[in-house]
Amino acid sequence: MGAILKREFSAYFRSPIGYVFIAISFLFSGAFFWLFTLSVGGTDVSMVFLGMFYVYMVFVPVLTMRLMADENKMRTDQLLLTAPIGLMKLVFGKFLAAYIVFMLGDIVMLSYGVVLGCFVTVNWALILGNFTALALIGGVFVSAGLFISSLTESQMVAAVGSIGVNVALALINVVASVIPVKFISDILKDISVFDRYSEFTTGIFSLGGVVFFLSVIAVFLFVTVRVLERRRWA
Amino acid sequence: MIEVRGLTKSYGSKKAVDNISFTAEDGQVLGFLGPNGAGKSTTMNILTGYISSTEGQALINGVDILEDPIKAKSFIGYLPEMPPLYFDMTVNEYLDFVYSLKKCKLPKKSHLNEICEIVKLEDVRKRLIKNLSKGYKQRVGFAQALVGNPKVLILDEPTVGLDPKQIIEIRTLIKRLGRNHTVILSSHILPEVQAVCDRIVVINKGRIVANDNADSLARNLSADHKLVMQIDGASEEISKLLSSVPDVERVFVGRQIDEKVWEYHIEAKEGTDIRRDIFRKLASRNYPILMMKSNELSLEEVFLKLTTGDEYGGAEKTAERFDLLEKGGDK
Repeated sequence: MGAILKREFSAYFRSPIGYVFIAISFLFSGAFFWLFTLSVGGTDVSMVFLGMFYVYMVFVPVLTMRLMADENKMRTDQLLLTAPIGLMKLVFGKFLAAYIVFMLGDIVMLSYGVVLGCFVTVNWALILGNFTALALIGGVFVSAGLFISSLTESQMVAAVGSIGVNVALALINVVASVIPVKFISDILKDISVFDRYSEFTTGIFSLGGVVFFLSVIAVFLFVTVRVLERRRWA
Repeated sequence: MIEVRGLTKSYGSKKAVDNISFTAEDGQVLGFLGPNGAGKSTTMNILTGYISSTEGQALINGVDILEDPIKAKSFIGYLPEMPPLYFDMTVNEYLDFVYSLKKCKLPKKSHLNEICEIVKLEDVRKRLIKNLSKGYKQRVGFAQALVGNPKVLILDEPTVGLDPKQIIEIRTLIKRLGRNHTVILSSHILPEVQAVCDRIVVINKGRIVANDNADSLARNLSADHKLVMQIDGASEEISKLLSSVPDVERVFVGRQIDEKVWEYHIEAKEGTDIRRDIFRKLASRNYPILMMKSNELSLEEVFLKLTTGDEYGGAEKTAERFDLLEKGGDK
């Protein structure tokens, strides 16, 4: 797994993708921080985090699109799948590499709290809650992107598909609210990524929420492994 | 050592590989010969665990590739048809990656140095793979297969895209490696397999049509009884003369090369070697021989011969033969 992680991580910085992603994170979060917090003279950073939720929904797929699609296209999957390494380790190594790059972009969010703290008393529970929520949702986006990427040879298709999946995940609660059957809408509300996310942003650290997000990540990683395995049998 | 038993791979109703069995012993180079689409790559992909078989078993050093894939894969070095290279890495970075991917335990620096020396990569180790020529890319692919000094080497058309000098180098290398490894290589070039392999498995349309050691197969496939010659002299007289050589069955006068030079196609009884007799006969009449060569069998002729020739006869072969001829006739 170490080998995969190291290669994938360094690949991000051999191409512009890693730099571009981190730059986008810094640019948008900085702009939102100025727009929603500094320019109105407030101390609330929730809007900054919410803005980044949507930014990551679209830009994490840029990070994950080549993870498996490029291997499929360049036939380098033949090297990985014939090497003495388990598929779970292979998939997890790739996930971790992309997730670390994501966190390199995400971590800057904490600095806004520090900046505010120099002038006013900040509610750290709120900031850390938001930060945890964004870090967890980032994991979901990365694992979903990895899964979609494993289905195709085209990076473009992987990116567009992943954005679609991310939007669908974020919209589950909207769908839930329009479905008249209570039974179904209750289930949808329970698996609504956005509702779980909102819970954290109010400063409540919910263990159930953490387990929920980690489970979603695990499911995406698991189905990715199944996709790779299935290809052998096709 | 590799044992393959009753391997079948179906894609829907089409059988890419149909019930093939063979064994490659330690210290043996086994050649997999067949035209494009015969099922060579499919078989190799099954052996290396990249795809699974529909039926049958593949044992690598006694380990079933489906039952304990990680252990079986650790015995194998694989060079696929298209070398699996990361174009954004340098040769050094790439080999480092493969080294840790295969969880290799050998001393890293000296091991990688040795491999680069063997495949002659020393000069390009710091260059990006994307900028290398096709021949060098192929060598990097080869180097990758050698990392970890695996007991079994599986090479899918290892000489494709190389220039003649490199081909000879790679062939010599494979022969050398064959002494203490089990090597399986595929090719669609008959002389190449003959030059390198101890044992030859000929495969066509997913089925094995011959499985024999290289010498006896070569003997059966040799075509010394069919000659192409260029002889200086009047064509009528020479063709009469050639026809009078014992065992000669047919003589065709081919194209005219020069004012007094014609090309001749000579067929003699199968299994005879008429070259010496012809030389003596022509020499006695003072006709200079400008060229004489055996009419080499094309791969198609090889298959025809293997599937219709009596030396491979017997009931099962006959059944196969009819099947093949039927399929061939569809075209």
